[in-house]
Amino acid sequence: MIYIRLFLEFFKAGLFAIGGGLATIPFLQDISRKTGWFTSQELIDMIAISESTPGPIGINMATYVGYETANLAGAIIAVIGEVTPSVIIIVLIAHYYLKFSEHPMMQSGFYGIRPAVAGLIGAAGFEVAKISLFNIDKYLLSHDVFDIINIKSVLLFTTIVFLLNKYKKHPIYFLLGAAIIGIIFKF
Amino acid sequence: MKTKSHLKLLIELFATFFKIGSFTFGGGYAMIPLIEREVVENKKWVTSDEVIDVFAVAQSMPGAIAINSSTFIGYKIAGKKGALVATAGVILPSLLIITLIAMFFSKVQDNPMVKAVFSGIRPAIVALILTAAIKVSKTSIVDKIGLLLAVLAVVLVVVFDVQAIVVILGGAAVGLGIYYLFPLKAARILSDGGHKD
Repeated sequence: MIYIRLFLEFFKAGLFAIGGGLATIPFLQDISRKTGWFTSQELIDMIAISESTPGPIGINMATYVGYETANLAGAIIAVIGEVTPSVIIIVLIAHYYLKFSEHPMMQSGFYGIRPAVAGLIGAAGFEVAKISLFNIDKYLLSHDVFDIINIKSVLLFTTIVFLLNKYKKHPIYFLLGAAIIGIIFKF
Repeated sequence: MKTKSHLKLLIELFATFFKIGSFTFGGGYAMIPLIEREVVENKKWVTSDEVIDVFAVAQSMPGAIAINSSTFIGYKIAGKKGALVATAGVILPSLLIITLIAMFFSKVQDNPMVKAVFSGIRPAIVALILTAAIKVSKTSIVDKIGLLLAVLAVVLVVVFDVQAIVVILGGAAVGLGIYYLFPLKAARILSDGGHKD
């Protein structure tokens, strides 16, 4: 049943997406690949919307994916799945005053997990780049090398990377600017 | 009388976290200052020292930082019910706003104007994710082993389509492996601040 699967997939994402928000993306890519509930292209639009609306990004994405997959009930179930691991773990820690996070075993585990999370977010960036900056499909049809790269997108991408590093403004300003450029230049 | 005031506290908790969920863009880290202002300065529910401990635990435990912090503070103030109420408060705005957008977006996504907007936003999303990856790398990769693990994670996912969960468990296994097999090295890593929060 789709509701049980939604719950389990997001429970998994909530449990293992350590570090929050963007760490959820690799899990959503896995869900897309395994279930076909949504395409990678749709996922990028969902990320865009989740980044530019209030609230935690992971919760926004769970709501969006859940809604697209199984309407309002799907949205609610995906969100419950996403927060359940947090609620259980945090209540246990708070109740028993557990100093999990200070235990050397826990710290050793996280010593290995943290770089893996950084790598996962990087990989998620690559997957999104494949769709947004390159036109692999178009190249396969035309065999014209100039069709591989979407030059306008790459230029915009490079500009935003530069601006993001120069001005530490909130992401929403960059998304807004990119949207306006999209309208003006009709990518 | 006591139950009445308890109910009032729960309602107040819900309202406060609903407000936090409604007004923070960009998730976790963006929420920290707002949570601090609301629960420490305005409501005086916890002290500023306590809230620092809460954020430390929230960041190192699984799950969204915003959710972990809300659950933790809710629990400190009003027990298990408080944890549930605070969590529900912080996620409800997302649920409402995103559901409305999703309902609306499926109707307009083929509109040429909307398509143009998203074709501009997509490259920006790539920039945001890769910049975030670099930012996370700076705090989480502390030595050569970490660098190797991060590169390995990218290769496994991009080239071999390995699932995220396998990568996370693999990272944990490497960390624990060092702890059990090379206790001296593990002790040095941990005292060197392998834990950089």
